[in-house]
Amino acid sequence: MAAYRNTPGFQRVLHAVKHVCFSKQRCGVIICRYSTVYDPNEKVSLIIRVIKTCKKMGIKTVAVHSDVDSSAVHVKVADEAVCVGPAPTSKSYLNMDAIMNAIKQTGAQAVHPGYGFLSENKEFAKRLAAEGVTFIGPDTHAIQAMGDKIESKLIAKAAKVNTIPGFDGVVKDAEEAVKIAGEIGYPVMIKASAGGGGKGMRIAWNDEETREGFRFSSQEALSSFGDDRLLIEKFIDNPRHIEIQVLADKHGDALWLNERECSIQRRNQKVVEEAPSTFLDPDTRRAMGEQAVSLANAVKYSSAGTVEFLVDSKKNFYFLEMNTRLQVEHPITECITGLDLVQQMIRIAKGYKLQHKQSDIPINGWAVESRVYAEDPYKSFGLPSIGRLSQYQEPLDLPNVRVDSGIQEGSDISIYYDPMISKLVTYGKTREEALKKMEDALDNYVIRGVTHNIPLLREIIVHPRFVSGDISTKFLPEVYPDGFKGHMLTAGERRELLATAAALYVAAQLRSQKFLGDLRVSVVPAESRQWELCVELDKGVHMLGVSRSGNNYTVEIDGEKVEVSGEWNLASALLPITINGKHRTLQCLLRTAAGEISLQYLGTSFKLRVLSNLAASLSKHMPEKVPEDTSSILRSPMPGSVVAVSVKPGDNVAEGQEICVIEAMKMQNSMTAAKTAKVKSVHCKAGDTVGEGDLLVELE
Amino acid sequence: MWRGTLGPSEVVVGVLAQGRRWFGTVMSSDTARVHLSVQERIEKKRKAALTGGGQLRIAAQHKRGKLTARERLELLLDPDSFVEYDMFVEHRCSDFGMEADHNKYPGDSVVTGQGRINGRLVYVFSQDFTVFGGSLSGAHAQKVCKIMDQAMMVGAPVIGLNDSGGARIQEGVESLAGYADIFLRNVMASGVVPQISLIMGPCAGGAVYSPALTDFTFMVKDTSYLFITGPDVVKSVTNEDVTQEELGGAKTHTTVSGVAHRAFENDIDALLNLRDFFNFLPLSNKDPAPVTECHDPRDRLVPGLDTIVPLESTKAYDMLDIVHGIVDEREFFEIMPNYAKNIVVGFARMNGRTVGIVGNQPKVASGCLDINSSVKGARFVRFCDAFNIPIITFVDVPGFLPGTAQEYGGIIRHGAKLLYAFAEATVPKITVITRKAYGGAYDVMSSKHLRGDVNYAWPSAEVAVMGAKGAVQIIFRGKENQAEAEAEYVEKFANPFPAAVRGFVDDIIQPSTTRKRICRDLEVLASKKQTNPWKKHANIPL
Repeated sequence: MAAYRNTPGFQRVLHAVKHVCFSKQRCGVIICRYSTVYDPNEKVSLIIRVIKTCKKMGIKTVAVHSDVDSSAVHVKVADEAVCVGPAPTSKSYLNMDAIMNAIKQTGAQAVHPGYGFLSENKEFAKRLAAEGVTFIGPDTHAIQAMGDKIESKLIAKAAKVNTIPGFDGVVKDAEEAVKIAGEIGYPVMIKASAGGGGKGMRIAWNDEETREGFRFSSQEALSSFGDDRLLIEKFIDNPRHIEIQVLADKHGDALWLNERECSIQRRNQKVVEEAPSTFLDPDTRRAMGEQAVSLANAVKYSSAGTVEFLVDSKKNFYFLEMNTRLQVEHPITECITGLDLVQQMIRIAKGYKLQHKQSDIPINGWAVESRVYAEDPYKSFGLPSIGRLSQYQEPLDLPNVRVDSGIQEGSDISIYYDPMISKLVTYGKTREEALKKMEDALDNYVIRGVTHNIPLLREIIVHPRFVSGDISTKFLPEVYPDGFKGHMLTAGERRELLATAAALYVAAQLRSQKFLGDLRVSVVPAESRQWELCVELDKGVHMLGVSRSGNNYTVEIDGEKVEVSGEWNLASALLPITINGKHRTLQCLLRTAAGEISLQYLGTSFKLRVLSNLAASLSKHMPEKVPEDTSSILRSPMPGSVVAVSVKPGDNVAEGQEICVIEAMKMQNSMTAAKTAKVKSVHCKAGDTVGEGDLLVELE
Repeated sequence: MWRGTLGPSEVVVGVLAQGRRWFGTVMSSDTARVHLSVQERIEKKRKAALTGGGQLRIAAQHKRGKLTARERLELLLDPDSFVEYDMFVEHRCSDFGMEADHNKYPGDSVVTGQGRINGRLVYVFSQDFTVFGGSLSGAHAQKVCKIMDQAMMVGAPVIGLNDSGGARIQEGVESLAGYADIFLRNVMASGVVPQISLIMGPCAGGAVYSPALTDFTFMVKDTSYLFITGPDVVKSVTNEDVTQEELGGAKTHTTVSGVAHRAFENDIDALLNLRDFFNFLPLSNKDPAPVTECHDPRDRLVPGLDTIVPLESTKAYDMLDIVHGIVDEREFFEIMPNYAKNIVVGFARMNGRTVGIVGNQPKVASGCLDINSSVKGARFVRFCDAFNIPIITFVDVPGFLPGTAQEYGGIIRHGAKLLYAFAEATVPKITVITRKAYGGAYDVMSSKHLRGDVNYAWPSAEVAVMGAKGAVQIIFRGKENQAEAEAEYVEKFANPFPAAVRGFVDDIIQPSTTRKRICRDLEVLASKKQTNPWKKHANIPL
């Protein structure tokens, strides 16, 4: 606390940040107005993050919101809230007059502008300056210089920062792209000049792919950023993504706060990050840090920023881009350096000199961050899912766990944005400790109502290659060449899972015989009973013997005994139990009267069916329900909107031919034919909104 | 006690030491022989009864994807709890060669008795399709009537597992009389003990009226049918081509006709679900709604409910999200989930106690009341009232559905059923207005005026005669400044205050506290006593 009191000055910070409402009509507006696409949940989580620091510093906060966002989380946690207008963004969050009024009305002395939106508006900066209100963040000149990939690369080159060989200008058309690619040499990366977060980015290995990539990227760039300029550079194969956090004040001083390793990515978006990196030696770290600082100095940068590098296997590093906002993964840097980056940003904005010298910046312990997404990891390592968070419980009761999120139980996850639920950070004295903590945190994280990527996160952090630090941005496709399939059970784990399901089944059966105060129930002597059960898992059938003593169950499976004990609270989302003396936390996702039980075990959810031996032996008479033949039916793998349909009834299509393109969360996905056939019927058209599993096209 | 005829060759049989004390001390060697043959016959009959129509027919039954009558009972009831009645009953028909020994099956075409489901008493009958296609003989009906009479006497539910080709044609009017005997008992037992029918095979002709009279009818998908007349007769009379499945399959009755309350995947799924369902029901109208052990905290807050109602009053949300959030362990046994989906009804528990849930579903037809939803709701409310199950009603209703289809269909008299059911109910009634409560539909949905015990409004509640737009068009007909008037109306009526200041709602509550409030109220209301004036029976507008 003492440290915070050193920073007086602001009584009030106005958070002119947007929380986006999720209905369809309005989203169209937002996308074209935003220069960077970031998901609203994350924005809200940043605001909450900022408000938390302000509270510690004794600064009062004001949240601005539109009519419809009055119940959003950030509005609740701020000290005051001001409504700046009705739902349409042009009348509220983009209404400069309304926001200036809010500033005057509340007497706010500083504005944290959030992402995009007014943060890059020179007019807004000017008006704030005229009123004597401080703007928290880098100035607009630096944002614009670094926001443009072409310009930023030129500046970096001039500042003697290592850059990737490539073409520095804007590429005019697909043919020019092919020509340039030939000059640089394949593979090449085509990316949107205005882009970020992997949107509008494509890799090409030959001329054909270059043409196709050019087409896709320019479409995506146009729809995501309203700017279809593309550039091309050499693609560094198998690199690591390591970034340096910098902090610069308004007096020309800058610091580097060590690195963050962000190599675990899917489709160029980060999934798991850690600080420090297992890969960097002190010399490389210093060299990268010094180049990052010299880039910050070159653009007269002030506030917190991030310089991203690609690092090849020989520890050569190349400048990628500079991010001028507080990044999603900033908490891991805070963990190992002990600095509060938001506090530093506020101090810098107020004009204070940097508090620390480069030699003051430590690396204490290890921090890991998992990005928890509402997406299905079994489809391309994560296709968006939507839904309402019917149950939501963060593992905050565990020590050294931090969760930054902008959502709450009951929140809706919609199809129009990156579906990030939260960033889950764990900290330990050693990497091993931090990773162990992450396992626990993921096991204790309750998310119901949407499909989430915890199965994938839980697998990554225990994978031998990850644990040994042998990673690159190719980690996921290399480790799971056939796609992610969930946790593969060992024989021992399988027994643990079967035993847990059997014990849970018996506990539930026993409870269903407990009627309070009913004298007409004939008492079943349960204590002395022995249960013969049949448990199905992945088409394997197991005969189990279960005996019980209090809350302890002994389950016999194929001659092996498994001891399971626990509280067996059937209402709790978490199922903390002890299996053969080992503590485990499972989650019961589903338990039906017909014996179906879904358990989340080691991150992955497993479907089991528990039946009495009698029911199991009679099951063979039950009619087989014929599953639908899916090869001639194309269904939408996710909720989204149809961008284009390239076939009509009667067309002949070849296997693998594109049938239509679905866009969700700003990603375009090409849907292809599963076999060579004639198109029977088309059930969608460009512009339609489709749900997961909706029928798109039928083949004959 | 065994009684034989004493003959001249009386001897003292020295078998006492061998433990056959129950023979008596004196018997003849003939009677001993007779007795032994009786023993054998008993065993033989028992064995025959257990195999029903024989192994071939059992195999055929299995091949159809169906279990036998006895296998079904074994799955439905607790292990070793079944006590069978009338295993030796045989049909009495002597026409068409039916009197031949090979045409007699001990127990005939139905298995009856009593047993336990999770320790609680239930009377059951299970029709045996392997004996004369499960057809109903006089003896069959007599067996069913016997257990129904006893169930009513001791106060325990009756579950019927139906799998029958229809009347035993060879018996003629005897069979019809049997149906009527059962119907009469169905009616007498109605409101006395819960009656459940599970259709697990064909059920056609007059037979359908027994399930129709019971409280709940469930079906098994793909293997069960219910119709008055089959496809062949339909074809000859109306010239319609229709399959059994289309005419009377599970899908038809759970989505179109509303005859069945729910359908299950197969026999095993259906029977296991029935066990689960049984736990919600009291044993009789003299027993309280059951209370089971509950692990869900009664004062649990449900934060998700604070944001569930959208701020735009035209936007839909899922009433089931509210129900799942509030009840114990998110467990809700929905009745008729695919029929008249604009109203949601079903059973759940609050702090372990069974409750009936009724809720308008804004996701379907804006949650307005129409003919089908009124009838669905009314029947459910009356069941709860008959069997001491408290009713919790969630209201978001923009009114009754307008239009000629509804008016010609008699929405007035059908809507009156729901109104009637809520008004006459004397069980604890708790009502939560989540958003709209407009017009006559406000009155109907368990309002304070119909003796609601506790009526709550969420802050998003709007209790008014109609929506702002319509109201303003009437009040300010032909006047300008409609928009301004509308705003005034919204300010005045589109909130819970008009109802709250008059005491028509007892409190305006934070949605996240709803579970806690309802659990507390149910404890208070557990001892509620209210009676309606004496009458022979009431006259609900059928």
